Amino acid sequence: MFKLWATIKKDVKILLRDKVGISLMFVMPIILVIVVTSIQNSTFQLVNKNKLSILICNRDTGKSSAELIAALGKIGMFKVSQTPKNLSEKQINDAMHNNDAMLGIVIPGNFSAKVSAKSKNAAGKALTSFGLQGDTVKSKANDIDPLTLYYNPVLQESLQLSVKGALQSALQMIESRQTLRTLYYSINEKELPQQLENEMLNNKTVINEVPVSKDGLRRTPNATQHNVPAWTIFAMFFVIMSLGGSVVREKVSGSFIRLKTLPTNYMVGLLSKQITYMGVTMLQAFVIFSIGIWLFPFMNLPALNLPSDLTALVVTTLICGWCAVSYSICIGVFAETQEQANGFGAVSIVILAAVGGLMVPSFAMQGIFKTAANLSPMHWCLEAYYSLFLQGGKLKDVLSNLTLLVIITVVIQFVTYLGLRRKNLI
Amino acid sequence: MALNDPFAIDITDMEFQYPDNPDVSFSHLNLKIKKGERFGLFGPNGAGKTTLMNLMTGLLQVDKGSITLLGYDMSKRNKTVNKLFGFVPQDFSFYHELSPAENLAFFGAWSGLNKQEICKRTDELLNILGLEDVRDKQVQKFSGGMKRRVNLAIGVIHKPKVLFLDEPTVGVDIQTRHAIINYLRALNDEGTTLIYTSHQLSEAEELCEQVAMIDDGKIITEGNIHTLLKEHQHESLEDLFINLTGKEYRN
Repeated sequence: MFKLWATIKKDVKILLRDKVGISLMFVMPIILVIVVTSIQNSTFQLVNKNKLSILICNRDTGKSSAELIAALGKIGMFKVSQTPKNLSEKQINDAMHNNDAMLGIVIPGNFSAKVSAKSKNAAGKALTSFGLQGDTVKSKANDIDPLTLYYNPVLQESLQLSVKGALQSALQMIESRQTLRTLYYSINEKELPQQLENEMLNNKTVINEVPVSKDGLRRTPNATQHNVPAWTIFAMFFVIMSLGGSVVREKVSGSFIRLKTLPTNYMVGLLSKQITYMGVTMLQAFVIFSIGIWLFPFMNLPALNLPSDLTALVVTTLICGWCAVSYSICIGVFAETQEQANGFGAVSIVILAAVGGLMVPSFAMQGIFKTAANLSPMHWCLEAYYSLFLQGGKLKDVLSNLTLLVIITVVIQFVTYLGLRRKNLI
Repeated sequence: MALNDPFAIDITDMEFQYPDNPDVSFSHLNLKIKKGERFGLFGPNGAGKTTLMNLMTGLLQVDKGSITLLGYDMSKRNKTVNKLFGFVPQDFSFYHELSPAENLAFFGAWSGLNKQEICKRTDELLNILGLEDVRDKQVQKFSGGMKRRVNLAIGVIHKPKVLFLDEPTVGVDIQTRHAIINYLRALNDEGTTLIYTSHQLSEAEELCEQVAMIDDGKIITEGNIHTLLKEHQHESLEDLFINLTGKEYRN
């Protein structure tokens, strides 16, 4: 035990004097988590909270177009502004750029007249089918001139579909309202009362939105809940920049030769490195979680909510850290030079992070990449954290991911042992 | 049982060849080094000195034959035999990020000493080797001579009975060389067997009693320095060396 303690003291002292290594292990992930969360939070807010700016060029002077514009404003998704009615297509494009508008809509000049004609036609058909005398306009039912929707190409496809859906909904409302009014007037020869119109058209079925979580808490996912766990895992695996190099340094410097002649098994050295750097990964998690909890609110970012099962969080962090440390030692054992360890280590971590869904959500991946994501240890770490942070999971809910992590860690350790034997290092 | 063996090192009919380097090989090599001797091992570059030292310390395993250290078979190296010898490699074999005291604390623990023994030996060695003033400074800022002394201190912290030294004075100034040689003599006086390689033959004449010269994996001569010089009618070890190994460059 004294030998292990002396070795841990040695490793900690060397680590504390490795300023570059400490920067890479702590400062870089902290900067990453802050920057990425801030950027993603803006996008999150753009999609979820901020209204999309929309410019409307209304070439119609009738009532229906005004009602359409009012309906678009009431959806709550758009910030509506209007342009003069005579703008050309190029002028509309320029106006969109000048106003940072993501969307532009041109309402054709005969919009109200065509909506009115179409509703009279529909009302007439309805009255006829009721056995009553109705006026019909001899026009096709679908002859309203199309509205033109301009959009900024950066707008995501899913958002474009949402916009189109909202626009269709508003148009449907205008047409239905007009048809109802015409029908009412034809039967009663007086205007449809406002209260009745509202009751008939606005009395929608309410939709309750409830985030589904395992602990029953209604915690809304946000950029912080997504990014803090993801970049904590990245930081843990990034210990390779210090640990991989440390193993190589020990191997290529003469100290390893002397260690081999001493009455102590090198496994003590490897155990010490694992304990020391698992301490580092726990500290990384503590620091990054603390930043999420206490610093983010001061930066107008959502605060990190810790999972209800803290034991599960500690166990998950320990096992993720153990996997990261084992991988780093393995790379260090097989690398011939520090440059190899750092180069391969950094690139492999970035690839594993990308494949594992730390940078792009794995649900957005397709085909072979989705399969590859399921095979990445970082993905198992991330899934375990997401289960705890986003779904309110308990230890039993992350056991499958943790079991996979323990298995791959044992395999990595065995490969490390074989490497040490093959290189005659133990 | 083993410690009663009269030989510090006993190499019998030893064969060895690197799997990937057939240029260095030993065939039927025999060598005996008595306890308490100051033994020098010399030869030109590539003669196999370092390989032989690695075989004697158990860093390499023989293909055939045997090597015993104080009676212990080096092919069955264990904690007991590892405590009996010390090794001072030619390369600086320590952690440059640590101070001399921190290096000695770590290597002392790995050598099997307890905390009190480490403290006592650290004070003694840093004092003897003139490193007391820099005991807590990082070794990476030291001169070559100071690093050599740290390298030596680590090798002897556990008071080994046999000490292997591979070029222990290479690249140091005259003062440091004298200090190291004097310390090694003192160690030998206390009973430590010294097995030493160097290219400094004048230094070897000063330190060693017994020598062996090896070339191409064979011992070409061995014995007491004075007897060998007399037999071969040379005045210095350097003349004897040139006579036996030739003047050609060795790579």
